[in-house]
Amino acid sequence: MEIFVQQLINGLTLGSIYGLIAIGYTMVFGIIGMVNFAHGDVFMLSAFIALIFFVILTTWLGISSVVLALFIVLLIAMALTSLWGWTVERIAYRPLRGSFRLAPLISAIGVSIFLSNFVQVAQGARNKPTPPMVGEVIVLFQGESGYNVALSYKQIIIMVSTAVLLSIFWYIVQKTSLGRAQRACEQDRKMAALLGINVDRTISLTFVIGAALAAVAGTMYLLYYGVVSFSDGFVPGVKAFTAAVLGGIGSLPGAVLGGLIIGLIETFWSAYFSIEYKDVAAFSILAIVLIFMPSGILGRPEVEKV
Amino acid sequence: MNAPSITTSSARSPAVPTRFDLAAALKDSAKSALIAFGLSIPIVAYRTDQSGADLFLNPRWDMVAIFCAIVFGLRLAQHAFMASRAAREAVPSPTQATELVHAEPSAFQKASRFGIPFFLGVALAFPILIYLIQGGLNESRYWVDLGILILTYVMLGWGLNIVVGLAGLLDLGYVAFYAVGAYSYALLSTTFGLSFWICLPLAGILAAFWGIVLGFPVLRLRGDYLAIVTLAFGEIIRLVLINWVDLTNGGAGISSIPRATFFGIPFTAGEGGFADTFGLEFNGMHRMIFLYYLILALALLTNFVTMRLRKLPVGRAWEALREDEIACRSLGINTTNTKLTAFAIGAMFGGFAGSFFAVRQGFISPESFNFLESAIILAIVVMGGMGSQIGVAIAAIVLVGGPEVLRNLTFLQAVFGSGFDPNEYRLLLFGAGMVAMMVWRPRGLISERQPSVILKERKAISGSLVKEGHG
Repeated sequence: MEIFVQQLINGLTLGSIYGLIAIGYTMVFGIIGMVNFAHGDVFMLSAFIALIFFVILTTWLGISSVVLALFIVLLIAMALTSLWGWTVERIAYRPLRGSFRLAPLISAIGVSIFLSNFVQVAQGARNKPTPPMVGEVIVLFQGESGYNVALSYKQIIIMVSTAVLLSIFWYIVQKTSLGRAQRACEQDRKMAALLGINVDRTISLTFVIGAALAAVAGTMYLLYYGVVSFSDGFVPGVKAFTAAVLGGIGSLPGAVLGGLIIGLIETFWSAYFSIEYKDVAAFSILAIVLIFMPSGILGRPEVEKV
Repeated sequence: MNAPSITTSSARSPAVPTRFDLAAALKDSAKSALIAFGLSIPIVAYRTDQSGADLFLNPRWDMVAIFCAIVFGLRLAQHAFMASRAAREAVPSPTQATELVHAEPSAFQKASRFGIPFFLGVALAFPILIYLIQGGLNESRYWVDLGILILTYVMLGWGLNIVVGLAGLLDLGYVAFYAVGAYSYALLSTTFGLSFWICLPLAGILAAFWGIVLGFPVLRLRGDYLAIVTLAFGEIIRLVLINWVDLTNGGAGISSIPRATFFGIPFTAGEGGFADTFGLEFNGMHRMIFLYYLILALALLTNFVTMRLRKLPVGRAWEALREDEIACRSLGINTTNTKLTAFAIGAMFGGFAGSFFAVRQGFISPESFNFLESAIILAIVVMGGMGSQIGVAIAAIVLVGGPEVLRNLTFLQAVFGSGFDPNEYRLLLFGAGMVAMMVWRPRGLISERQPSVILKERKAISGSLVKEGHG
């Protein structure tokens, strides 16, 4: 029972990170119908940006309050990662509108390889550990066998900031004119353009929002694991994509739901079955969902038009 | 810049000024450099180095300056190029309107008539040429080894070309079949003592079998989903190879895999060895040269089979499927079976290449079969022009051989410092190259479509005239 509650907490934390990344996949797929393969690497890049600014703030500028430092780091990482997201879309995806169907995916694979190796060349191939951050835990209750169920401050920070940012983002998509333009482009790009929506700008902003949320996930990932390396984008990226597909690609609540489910499956699988095969489990779920349930939990079934 | 253009891929408007506007170009280039500056903070500007448990930052603003300068220069050059092209296009050439109809053989095609026999001749004579140039068997070891490496990638590229180039199925897990072939040979030879020549077909059959097993459930999926699922399968196979320690010895890999023999005659120094049988002086290079011709033969076999298959109904169905899946279905082609044959045959050649890899290395571990390897093979196929055999070969030579050659150019080390290793930048360039290829020439370096059925004379069809449909 104690293990179950503990794994539930861990799984929800991990799941909220996956959910944040999955939104980037699902929005881009919704609006231009491509799998943004490079999104996982944008996430990794943001973790590096966060790491470097965290070191700058704590050691050079001497900010002693970790929470304040984290908040500033989060804002800077979001801004700079958004710039990366915008540039990637501008250089690698925008010229390909109207090209053959697999072209954007191949281009995205190229961007993914480029980004991870760019970080490797610029930052070195070794794992980069962070200085220790927020180590305190709250012991929720103590089991009979002395197993403490603990909720760490880290996990609280991760879940709270995920929830806050998701609601801000939800507000943007549902209530602002940008969100309306975005949903219009999702439904019919040509019609939206005829009605005076700047489609290219809307698509760029979609990438910017996706990258900003990936930056939140990157910062949280860094806070949670305390270590990042140039190859860390691939597996979380695939898992987040799995989450997006599981929740129904194109659906925003679906992405968050899928992220939480994937996070829970991963932690429970590690706890009760085998930790070695946890990635195999995630990849198998991806294959199974795509084969048997391609429209996901909350997605609309796709209609193929000739 | 933000003009609402949906269908046009480039932002060329009819009102492009024919005169090169230097001030605007400079302004735009400066803007690009500013963006580059933003991108390089902090990832280029501060390198994180570790000393003990602490991280400290190593400022490198000089790198940022170089990076921004490069972006500025490139953007300015691009503006100049665009302006000159716009000026040229403002005056239509008299032949322009009829250009596409009278498809004259392109310069490439004229060259390729002599190019293909030339390439083949060089490939066949390569060990001899190197022997003559380097003046000795032992001196030519490095070059023959490089030749083997390049030919392995040529073969993998040709194998994947069946799946990606001909059938139009994006396979991101091709390396899984390479792994199946390699592990088949390694396990069969170390546990049952079977020879390479028995294991080679078995490895191909096993890989084809896995291709069918993995392909059957997923080939109904649309193109990009299929790509992701093949990626997942590739990763699953690699993770199973790492974790199933009883069978595969896990991450430690399988070592002391038996060497290839010259049709039963081992390449050993003693009595009954290759050198002894043919009355030569023993040299380890005999085995290398044999391996070179072995992989050349395997690669040519792949090419030959592919070229013949293209002329069979199944090959034509593959290409039709690539162009328009829905039309194929309405013409009564069984799309699942057609895709499955492409997948299985591609996998079979991957398996052959894998067992060759195992016999050449004598040691395999799951780390040789990661996603990056799949991506490199895919990059070779994409850059060579999907579907073009000679293009794939050229791309393999450039992408695999290029960095090796660069590494040996000592003047580069003098320019960039002694620690300069082009291999470090190899994947960076692969990634950038894949993007550039999709932006500028989405059909690859060699984009002509060679029709497999012709009436009277062979005409070149530009790849840009062929619309690729769904799937």
